[in-house]
Amino acid sequence: MDEPRPAPAGDLLRRDGVNVRIPTPLRSYTAQQSVVDAHGSTVAEVLDDLDRQFPGITFRMVDEQGRLRKHMKIWVGEDAVRDLSTPLRESDEVTIMQALSGG
Amino acid sequence: MKLLVGTRKGLWSLSSDDRQGWSVGEPQFFGQIIQHAVADPRDGRTVLAATSTGHLGPTVMRSTDHGETWAEASKPPAFAAGDRLDRALKTVFWLTPGHPDESGSWYAGGASPQGLFRSDDGGDTWDPVSGWNDHPMWETWCEWPEENTPDGSMLHSVIIDPRDSDHLYIGLSGGGVFETTDGGSDWAPLNKGVAADFFPDLAPEFGHDPHTVRMHPAMPDRLYQQNHCGIYRLDRPETTWTRIGDNMPRSIGDIGFPIELHPRQPDTAWVFPMDGTEVWPRTCVDGRPAAYVTRDGGATWAPQTNGLPERAWFTVKRQAMTTDAGDPVGVYFGTTSGEVWASADEGASWTNLARHLPEIYSVEMA
Repeated sequence: MDEPRPAPAGDLLRRDGVNVRIPTPLRSYTAQQSVVDAHGSTVAEVLDDLDRQFPGITFRMVDEQGRLRKHMKIWVGEDAVRDLSTPLRESDEVTIMQALSGG
Repeated sequence: MKLLVGTRKGLWSLSSDDRQGWSVGEPQFFGQIIQHAVADPRDGRTVLAATSTGHLGPTVMRSTDHGETWAEASKPPAFAAGDRLDRALKTVFWLTPGHPDESGSWYAGGASPQGLFRSDDGGDTWDPVSGWNDHPMWETWCEWPEENTPDGSMLHSVIIDPRDSDHLYIGLSGGGVFETTDGGSDWAPLNKGVAADFFPDLAPEFGHDPHTVRMHPAMPDRLYQQNHCGIYRLDRPETTWTRIGDNMPRSIGDIGFPIELHPRQPDTAWVFPMDGTEVWPRTCVDGRPAAYVTRDGGATWAPQTNGLPERAWFTVKRQAMTTDAGDPVGVYFGTTSGEVWASADEGASWTNLARHLPEIYSVEMA
């Protein structure tokens, strides 16, 4: 078992939920906000909450079988995760990015 | 009139009042992959665009004001969660408005997997067509789980019989042509007479590679097919295709992606041959672009090169050629080198409408 990740520096009570950083290709869903708040105890729950707030956003990054799409990346803090059941703490920061790809 | 030009980097609209002067609009969905953008002839205002990006999943954008403003489908085409084969759709490849009596109905073809999807509300919400996607033969007929087609396995050419909304044809690249007569509950292959030179079995029942299949709107029993292995015609209720491409000049051959029809004359069709020799460059044969037209159902073919560049090495993809309803008929095609060409006189002469666009995937009238 991995040790629990240390909490990032900062005030745990500062936010209501986790911060989620949104990459530019998905900001048409978030009214161009680069950081939004979302709730959930796992990455999947946070993505569900994102989809409630910004309908359609999650299907662009997660397929209909619940798999993170090939060229999308999600970091929890500094850890890249592909398992969407990865647990979160309220102090975590989630970063959604697109991998180097395309042309 | 308006042409919808789907490209690898966005959607362009070309507009004209007289088919002589054309204006090229600013791109919509700039940077996004537009596989297909199609207008609904039933209401004259709905347009759907199949979009994705290199990173984001596939979706459908909808316009109800002829392409001025757009909103995303609230439930895009997708397999069901918990699908029996764990399938997830990579690309919405093909869009077809449904039967004229079924207002708001649309079909979407996937690539890949080769799924079929239907909407009954103008493209806002989509459901899998279970009769196809869960057909007991689906895994056998389709390229699954391996894909042999270079750009992915595609379901395309969704064709609805104007006389019977339950009678449909679809094309699979690869897989062949399939038909349903019960609204999509059951399907059967329809490939007799079609070559499949990439198989050791000279007459397989399925596994062929139709590139585009068209039904003549004024003679719905007549089907044309531009296949990986030739040009064919089938007049139902016959079930054996005739290789009308054998009547093309031997030096040109009968390989290509699109085949487009005259809206009123069932014997008239256009193709844009490509080089299928040696390593299959798929560019203009001998670097000399030419459309070919038949006016006798494929018995004879004539080249149409007036106005086209003498030498060029582009490809015209399967959705990138179309005709309008004018008299004489307008014929249009887009190239992988980002050019749009048009003829207002049924191919007798060609003029360039746009250059330097991104790689063109689809050209449709709106």
